Amino acid sequence: MNQNKATTEIAKKKVDWAVEARGLVKQFGTYRAVDGIDLNVRAGTVYGVLGPNGAGKTTTIRMLTTLLRPDAGSARVFGHDVTKEPHIVRQLIGVTGQYASVDESLSATENLVIFSRLLGLGRAESRRKSAELLEAFGLTEAAKRPLKNFSGGMRRRLDLAASLIAQPPLIFLDEPTTGLDPRTRNQMWTTIRQLVDTGSTVLLTTQYLQEADELADRIAVIDRGRVVAEGTADDLKASIGQSSLQLRIQDPKDMECARRIVEQELRVTAVASPEGGQLTAPLADADKVADLLITLREADIHLAELSVQKPTLDEVFLAITGHSAQTETSEKTDAEDKGAGL
Amino acid sequence: MNQMKIIPAADRQLRKNAGLGQTVRNSLTMAGRGLLKIRRTPEQLFDVTLQPIIFTLMFTYIFGGAISGDVKSYLPVIIPGILVQTVITTSIVTGVQLREDMDKGVFDRFKSLPIARIAPLAGALLADTVRYTIATVLTFSMGYVMGYRPDGGFAYVVLSGLLVIVCSWSISWIFAFFGVIARTASSVQGISMLALFPLTFLSNAFVPVNTLPDWLQWFAKINPVSHLITAVRRLTNDGAFGWDFTVTLIGAAVIVIIFAPLTVRAYMRRA
Repeated sequence: MNQNKATTEIAKKKVDWAVEARGLVKQFGTYRAVDGIDLNVRAGTVYGVLGPNGAGKTTTIRMLTTLLRPDAGSARVFGHDVTKEPHIVRQLIGVTGQYASVDESLSATENLVIFSRLLGLGRAESRRKSAELLEAFGLTEAAKRPLKNFSGGMRRRLDLAASLIAQPPLIFLDEPTTGLDPRTRNQMWTTIRQLVDTGSTVLLTTQYLQEADELADRIAVIDRGRVVAEGTADDLKASIGQSSLQLRIQDPKDMECARRIVEQELRVTAVASPEGGQLTAPLADADKVADLLITLREADIHLAELSVQKPTLDEVFLAITGHSAQTETSEKTDAEDKGAGL
Repeated sequence: MNQMKIIPAADRQLRKNAGLGQTVRNSLTMAGRGLLKIRRTPEQLFDVTLQPIIFTLMFTYIFGGAISGDVKSYLPVIIPGILVQTVITTSIVTGVQLREDMDKGVFDRFKSLPIARIAPLAGALLADTVRYTIATVLTFSMGYVMGYRPDGGFAYVVLSGLLVIVCSWSISWIFAFFGVIARTASSVQGISMLALFPLTFLSNAFVPVNTLPDWLQWFAKINPVSHLITAVRRLTNDGAFGWDFTVTLIGAAVIVIIFAPLTVRAYMRRA
């Protein structure tokens, strides 16, 4: 017991940090999935880990949640070392994996009751807690149905509910919205925000820049097992620029003239696409587009298409790492639509 | 959800390890989960319900006349044989289901919970004794229906049933070990069947050993399954504990002593 008190004392001094990871490494065979990752997550905040498939997000989470032993480096959760005091760390975290970690053949209630019992709740209390969580996550009607008939969104919600039974101060969400439709995704975001309001710390991974932007106080961009950028969403955006304006010119002969006009009006450097016909320019002030369009009309340059593109994960990667997010990190690239993860 | 406020990490009572009490409670909860899953998917009980019924019927009527002259006098020979074969074969399921379970996402959750590490394994082994019990009761009932009246009396029949359950539980540690180290559930099934099929058939389960060729007699006599079957026959038919009873229990203990630590170690490394 004395020892426990001692560890609690230490925790009090470092209570500021929910997660401190130093030089985490995990190697699978010759492949370094995680190659020296440092993370600092302040208690009571949402921290986003942003990266493409295969960047090492899930492996990092698995190490922080005691599911995987790091090959090198160390990690602390509220001051407790994940490899030396795993049992304590497990009392402080809730984990929602990328794939629903609930029992398929059982009902939602049965799943939650079993997890509650394992966490030391009594029989009646387990039932009450399960009902309460199902209610909070809008699953009461489906409580008795086997999970086989659950939609992807319902599974995710149940999974998140299961992570909240013990009301842990730190919650890991591994790609909580991947594969969900926009409406369910928005519900998930609302839930995550409510979680933070109750005082939880959330560490989430995502492939979506927008999601990290919406939810996270700070973001780490990881690529090939390394943190390549870290900061607030605004920091990151500043480093990759704002939205970009794309113009498709009807007559390729007007390209050069159009480029000059764009540069004059927006006072930025415009890039003509190699295939021809398209101009791309950073757009800091949307207000200036009106002037630009009028000038183009006066110069008798006709547009085939006009669009404003928000910075995509691919562009984040291009800007930060100098290579595209998907072509080099994923072997499945050919099959995947380049825009799918953006 | 807003009304529940999270208690900060520093103000929590944290335990460094799962104590013995918690280990037992967690294991029982996991065993309860195993039983719940059986209730949800009763078709996984086919092996312990249909096999005893069909095998008992089939083998008794096929071999009865040839081996013992008539069906009724074959029953004291075949019922213990079928019982042991069925229940031991059932113990393979422990390994197969453990592997299936460990491959599922839900296992990640168990591993991330502050529970005793051993609980999922212990729970699985514990829940499976229910399967052995079902198979045991059904085989004896089937025998009774067909006219089997063991001379040892009811108490010794129960005792022999317990012996078979204990032995199968011990043997299930071997399959649990395969389950933990194997890569897929079907490979567990394959390896286990390959090992068990000769063991259960090259024994005294169905025929008197002295009808076998010499080299096979030698194997059938040292085969641990034969000893278990003989022990069950002595109990049910004579109401006596013989040397085989002792040997069998020692054998079961040896298996547990060897395989329990092996399995637990391999399991902990993965868990």
